Amino acid sequence: MNTIQNEWNAVRRQIVGNAVSIGFAVAMYGVSFGALGTTTGLTIPQTMALSLLMFTGASQFTLVSTLASGGTALTAVIASWLMGTRNAAYSMRMTPILKTSGPGKFVAVQLTIDESTAMGLAQDEEAFQGRASRLAFWATGLSVYLLWNLATFIGAISVSAIGDPKSFGLDAAIAAGLFALVWPQIKSRTDLSVAFGGALIALALTPIVPPGIPVLAAAMVAVIVGWVTSRRLS
Amino acid sequence: MWFAVLAGAAGCYALKYVGSVIPVHILEQPTVKKIVLLLPISLLSALVAVQTFASSQDLVLDARVPALAAATVALKFKTPFILVVLLAAVTAAALRYFGLAV
Repeated sequence: MNTIQNEWNAVRRQIVGNAVSIGFAVAMYGVSFGALGTTTGLTIPQTMALSLLMFTGASQFTLVSTLASGGTALTAVIASWLMGTRNAAYSMRMTPILKTSGPGKFVAVQLTIDESTAMGLAQDEEAFQGRASRLAFWATGLSVYLLWNLATFIGAISVSAIGDPKSFGLDAAIAAGLFALVWPQIKSRTDLSVAFGGALIALALTPIVPPGIPVLAAAMVAVIVGWVTSRRLS
Repeated sequence: MWFAVLAGAAGCYALKYVGSVIPVHILEQPTVKKIVLLLPISLLSALVAVQTFASSQDLVLDARVPALAAATVALKFKTPFILVVLLAAVTAAALRYFGLAV
């Protein structure tokens, strides 16, 4: 009994430690997001509301940079939704593992993002009757939530203090930040062609349609390629 | 802008919620699975392209292009996120400061 307890204590410490480090790593994105939000004309409360309520980094970056490039509110909203579709897949995967009910479920749903899901799934599902998976999800979700919002606030207030964002290269920083988000996702030749296809369509449409639409049009590449490749496999 | 913030947030929460209640077989379909996987790649790549080459509705070559090239090299060497972003910012800022690019 004692050995199991000791083992669990060791595992628990390791999981919580990892969760905190992930939180700090993500906080780096949070600072950039806060800075970007206020640079593109959102107020500090609006930027904070995105981190508190939307709480899914890629969708937040998408919404804000679509607005920044002159897109309408509607195109920005739709783009952020499309970006958030993968969270539906995550929460489908996590729900049977978490087994939360009542109000806790609504919190778990909000905390379902890339990092918490990845950490939850990285544990052995059977270990300690699933406690390891659940702890990893909750610890990572809460640590990221806390630090992401703190970092957003720091980024948002610090940009309000500086002058022309372009002279600090902030526009280039946004492009590089988005690039760093997509880079690790490109794992196959199909992924690479979707990346290039999306980029080319967006650029080709930029001079002819209103801002925001080119990015939405790029989503079609994912739909078509996804449809064709999965059909070929089956 | 509050419309975009709140509608965006509501939709993203709804997507997270939907996943916890819909029957597993819908998202397990190979086509749906593949599209969900590819959507962020196409959208993010499009955003990178637009953020790098577009100035409202014009396509331009300015300090952002060498900055992104620097970021690409950094990513190839598995540099941490924050350094990639800083490197791009410093590259663009320096080129502009010395009048080498707009």
